[in-house]
Amino acid sequence: MISDYIPILVVFILAAGFAFAILALSHILGPRVKNSVKLSPYESGVDLVGKTRVRISIRYFLIALLFIIFDIEIVFLFPWAVVFKDFLSFGWTIFIEMAVFLFILGFGFLYVWKKGALEWE
Amino acid sequence: MDLIDFIIICIKVVLVFAATMLAVMGMIYAERRISAFIQNRLGPNRVGPKGLFQPLADGLKFLMKEDIIPTAVNKPLYLLAPAMLLIPALMTFAVIPFGSSLTLFGRQISLQVANINIGVLYILALTSVGVYGIVLAGWSSNSKYPLLGGLRSSAQLISYELSMGLAIVAIVLMTGSLRLNDIVSSQQGHLFSWYVFKQPLAFLIFLIAVYAETNRLPFDLAEAEQELVGGYHTEYSSMKFAMFFMAEYANMITAAAFTVTLFFGGWDIPFVDEAAMGNWGALLSGIAFILKTAFFLFLYIWVRWTFPRFRYDQLMNLGWKVMLPLALLNIFITGGILTIIS
Amino acid sequence: MGIETLTLDRSAIQGEEMVLNIGPQHPSTHGVLRLQVVTDGEIVTKITPYIGYLHRCFEKHCENVTYEQVIPFVDRCDYIASMNNNFGYAVAMEELMGIEVSEKVHYIRVIVAELNRIASHLLAIGTFGLDVGAFTPFLYCFRDRERILDLFELLCGARLLYNYIWVGGVSHDFPIGFVEKVYEFLDYFEPKIQEYNDLLTFNKIFIERTADVGVLPADVAISYGVSGPNLRGSGVKWDLRKNEPYSIYNKFDFDIPIGTGAMGTVGGCWDRYYVRIRELEESVKITRQALDQIPREGDVHAALPKKIRPPKGHVYSRTETPRGDLGFYIISDGKPKPFRLKLRSPAFTALSCINEIARGWMIADVIAILGSLDIVLGEIDR
Repeated sequence: MISDYIPILVVFILAAGFAFAILALSHILGPRVKNSVKLSPYESGVDLVGKTRVRISIRYFLIALLFIIFDIEIVFLFPWAVVFKDFLSFGWTIFIEMAVFLFILGFGFLYVWKKGALEWE
Repeated sequence: MDLIDFIIICIKVVLVFAATMLAVMGMIYAERRISAFIQNRLGPNRVGPKGLFQPLADGLKFLMKEDIIPTAVNKPLYLLAPAMLLIPALMTFAVIPFGSSLTLFGRQISLQVANINIGVLYILALTSVGVYGIVLAGWSSNSKYPLLGGLRSSAQLISYELSMGLAIVAIVLMTGSLRLNDIVSSQQGHLFSWYVFKQPLAFLIFLIAVYAETNRLPFDLAEAEQELVGGYHTEYSSMKFAMFFMAEYANMITAAAFTVTLFFGGWDIPFVDEAAMGNWGALLSGIAFILKTAFFLFLYIWVRWTFPRFRYDQLMNLGWKVMLPLALLNIFITGGILTIIS
Repeated sequence: MGIETLTLDRSAIQGEEMVLNIGPQHPSTHGVLRLQVVTDGEIVTKITPYIGYLHRCFEKHCENVTYEQVIPFVDRCDYIASMNNNFGYAVAMEELMGIEVSEKVHYIRVIVAELNRIASHLLAIGTFGLDVGAFTPFLYCFRDRERILDLFELLCGARLLYNYIWVGGVSHDFPIGFVEKVYEFLDYFEPKIQEYNDLLTFNKIFIERTADVGVLPADVAISYGVSGPNLRGSGVKWDLRKNEPYSIYNKFDFDIPIGTGAMGTVGGCWDRYYVRIRELEESVKITRQALDQIPREGDVHAALPKKIRPPKGHVYSRTETPRGDLGFYIISDGKPKPFRLKLRSPAFTALSCINEIARGWMIADVIAILGSLDIVLGEIDR
């Protein structure tokens, strides 16, 4: 029922209003004494060395890719889990179905593990 | 839905919101006081009786501080990031039932802001949105330490979200519903109907994952001050800085409440039929819920001031190589046992 | 159109290196040290320490003041263990001048030096815990260090820079009731070591973070000239108090703890850390024996002229401070001011090996390794 979500909308309006209100309020209330040193990025007290926008190590992306694969798996698992009890009258069918799915995924996981994608080195 | 219903909703929203903010303040105070007692210190004790108004004073101070926006930052994202973290953090609590139902003027009012049928997914989704806030804060700051903090944090949060999701799947298997009310009501009755006794492995995985999700020690690599100074919020000042902390504490409160709801019967008091006691039952259940949540919040503080921090690769290893297979195994076992029982 | 073969350009997917400055204004550099770290993702490929932020021309200063006036400067080198530095300088000067100090002075010096060693190791242990993210042990260590500082305040009025051990003696005798107070402290302190062990040493996460990390093999340690607990952590039994006993250290019964690799590889951060914990016990042992044996009577000053004029010559003398071999090389040309004074700093040599042992580890490990070396910038920069 869509009307169930009305409270969520109200909460969202309140939270967003609050967040932006205090952002604006602190911007108005605070003093403003600016100089170039204060506005420079933090670099442990010395001048900036090298650049920040570098190409980031591929390992971080690897984690993100793996996450997407396994997150989709969880997306499949949730509806299955919800209807699991209703389908129990048909015996082992529902369990075996998901077991096959999980096995295939488990092999994938094992492959990723053995391939060394989970290692940081 | 008529106007009165809408007014009731608005009152509930405002009350819960105020309670959350109050709890955040209380949590900041508790963290400082309890950590002080753990460490043989006194902690804040000057502002108000026993220092109780300290969080208020802190908040005022943050409001009056200079709002520094460094020149190198990507301004729109830099300003948006703290709000993107805080808004979901404040919204998550809406689906958690914090008591049985009240009867006022012949109307039954459930002690929950939004009773939606996908409550569990709602919480998981909103915690994922919070990741954006951290990543954007790290990236838009255009400084090295926040960037590393943001990268670490995003990798950590998404890794532990998997284990958390899988641990919850086991609970959903037992309940057959994503509605948090159903999860609570299925745990009513005697003490051992709580899921913590039926799903101890899921509870452990969930608890550890929740610590990682809320960026708390021993998993607080995103803001590891010894390495990354302040992590993703190094470049933030004044209220924007405070918003990260408000979000962190709001997340902790929600996470504790979520843990209680999933594994400790929510507002349920064992061996007591709250519904039969009417409004008193609602009141008692609310108190029970608050006490249970407070215990987990205390656990957060206790753990933080006791343990050292993990290293990044150790954290990843724990998440991917220990918790993920265990969580999968747990689903397998749960499914198997449920099938055998039927 | 022909079929193009897809070739993978490796350099296109490789992460770029990022130069990260750790220090001088950074929470975990133990002073104003700047480590320039080159990182690839989280892995550190090169570390360059930049020192000198705390340079105060110590050695040049010493050439312009009289021998007695050097002592306050020595205090400010290793400001965490001033007593031990005073002690080292006094021993060197007495060797140069051929002075024998009274029995009582020896005992007083050993007691204060060992107390200062405990205080210094407590700081090292606490800040090392802090470096791996454990906040509470740090404050526990400071709670106990505070008691030692209180004792020193009672003794000489100062809490950090004591100027207590003088050439030919100490500035004044123990005040009344001091010995009892030290006994009281030792009784209080000994059980606390167990507390640190429970809270930090044998914590699973702590062991994971430190046991195999930053391994300093014995041969590398020796070739870099590393000394003190850092060398002993690598399994080398070398302690000047035993190997080249100065003062009256040969009268006491104590062990030299060395790293055994109980939790991982010998010479890891955990070993260096645990050597310091064990040395706390040994220092307590030495202090107890010294307190039992200290003579009641005796002069605390040797008969010396107001202005010290050592004979022409030079001396190199070294003593064991909490950080290792502290060497003083003094050349005298017969005038009241030293012609040249050179200080061999143990912390400097310890820092010099950081690129060797921390390369290839993660950023978090670099901080842990730096913490486990227990450097004091006052002594490195001088």
